[in-house]
Amino acid sequence: MSMRKLKEFVIEKLLFSSALITIAVTLGIIGVLGFEAVRFFSEVSVIEFFTDTQWTPLFAKKHFGILPLLTGTLLTSFIAIAVALPIGLSIGIYLSEYAPKSFRKTIKPLLELLAAVPTVVYGFFALIVVTPFLQEIIPNLSSFNSLSAGIVMGIMIIPFISSLSEDALHAVPYALREASYGMGATKFQTAFKVVVPAASSGIIVSIILAISRAIGETMIVAIAAGQQPRFTLDPTVPVETITAYIVQVSLGDVQHGSIEYRTIFAAGITLFVFTFLLNTVSYSIRKKYQQRYE
Amino acid sequence: MNSIQKNRLKDQLFKYWGMFSTLIGLVLLVVFIGDILIDGLGRIDWSFITNLPSRKPEKSGIYTALMGSVWILLFTAIIAIPVGVAAGVYLEEYSKKNWLSGVLEINISNLAGVPSIIYGLLGLEVFVRIMNLGASVLAGSLTLSLLILPIIIVATREAIKAVPKSIQDASYALGASKWQTIWHQILPASGGGILTGVILALSRAVGETAPLIVVGALAYVPFAPENPMDEFSVLPIQIFNWISRPQHGFIENAAAAIIILLLITFIMNGIAVYFRNKWQKKWK
Repeated sequence: MSMRKLKEFVIEKLLFSSALITIAVTLGIIGVLGFEAVRFFSEVSVIEFFTDTQWTPLFAKKHFGILPLLTGTLLTSFIAIAVALPIGLSIGIYLSEYAPKSFRKTIKPLLELLAAVPTVVYGFFALIVVTPFLQEIIPNLSSFNSLSAGIVMGIMIIPFISSLSEDALHAVPYALREASYGMGATKFQTAFKVVVPAASSGIIVSIILAISRAIGETMIVAIAAGQQPRFTLDPTVPVETITAYIVQVSLGDVQHGSIEYRTIFAAGITLFVFTFLLNTVSYSIRKKYQQRYE
Repeated sequence: MNSIQKNRLKDQLFKYWGMFSTLIGLVLLVVFIGDILIDGLGRIDWSFITNLPSRKPEKSGIYTALMGSVWILLFTAIIAIPVGVAAGVYLEEYSKKNWLSGVLEINISNLAGVPSIIYGLLGLEVFVRIMNLGASVLAGSLTLSLLILPIIIVATREAIKAVPKSIQDASYALGASKWQTIWHQILPASGGGILTGVILALSRAVGETAPLIVVGALAYVPFAPENPMDEFSVLPIQIFNWISRPQHGFIENAAAAIIILLLITFIMNGIAVYFRNKWQKKWK
């Protein structure tokens, strides 16, 4: 009997330590990024980092201003959300409120396939198909630009918004709809005046997660948006995002321990802080919203 | 037009707009796969699969990258599945509701949202530098394992939650211990759901590019890996490398390699959906 108890005890501890690994991963990320970033900021002033409008760590005359990478990241993400939000939300509302059940059941896994396609494939699509197509409409569009990368990234994150918002809309009790129909409202009025407000927290969560996903997306922007850090909001010229910069340095021959090496960790911690804040906000909204319907 | 007609019109218009939005994503996916098939299908033959990379696009093949992907997939599975399933079982079956379980939960949800390239930076510093594994298959697999860990944990928990409580009660009533109940009843009963999550997570790992670039995987490797400490390339990195070359021949190669990569991804997703459907029926 005590053998059995011992075995149970050991197994529980083993399982527990597996769960603890996830904490170690978070601490590892914060530790690694923090450690290298502290060393980076011992050589570069924080003020320069946040106010200088040039980012040229790989040139002879070095500037360490994160702003061009930030504008590049925000610009491509903004375009992606501008594409994905109206389409994704319309899909969510259509599937939840209008579409027949059988249609919804077949179409949802197909839409989720959009998110399963590797991002390097989307990068190819943006560079080889979308950019040449857009160049026929906008003749002065550069072959690397944030417009094309942003649009394709938007297509990629459509299922994030459509799936999660559809789940949220679907969870709204049916009685609310019946009350609205009983008053003579159309499906459209019911959807926008009753169901969407009732599911608003879930919809907001889906949008925040999509933004977080867009900010952290790497391969599409590294392939199609270019590798020229530029402090601009012009979608037709090459830019560089935080993620694309990390890829660019990783592909080159940078000495471990050099200031160039540390720049990718300084850029990385900036990215991590942004996505961490977004994820935490979405988590707390989700917790609150779960309590409301359970 | 009175207000009733106006409202009906709006209703109809939105219905068509919704249908259009739903189909536009799928139409784009079809256009895009069609375009890649046109560009790349002609390039695929046996020698494309078995040739080593070369400076001449028409002689280049994906052999080393494909083998690299297989190695990475294998080791990622070996590392991530036991740890992820174990953590999921702990959280669902053992963990008591206290501050620690709260922290674990928030933490896993947050990890799932960390951009993949950040895992690359973690892998570069911890596995490549501190543990001195170099840009090896093992360092790459460890990095991807951490990346897919949250997906496997969440899938395991969902699958265990779906197992009826009566099965557990019956096992305890027969005198089984907690672990015997988990090992002989709960895990077999939730196996289909866990398998679905694991396959989806691995399919994500096969398509990952950025973290492996950061860890130091190479675009050009003359030989396929022969042990876990060897340098490697993977299919997505090979594709990225070919896209970045100016000659048209390499674009064709990239399209052809994309067809192979998509084939692998879609087959894995198909298998996952198959298991999910089969398993969901079991509890209905």
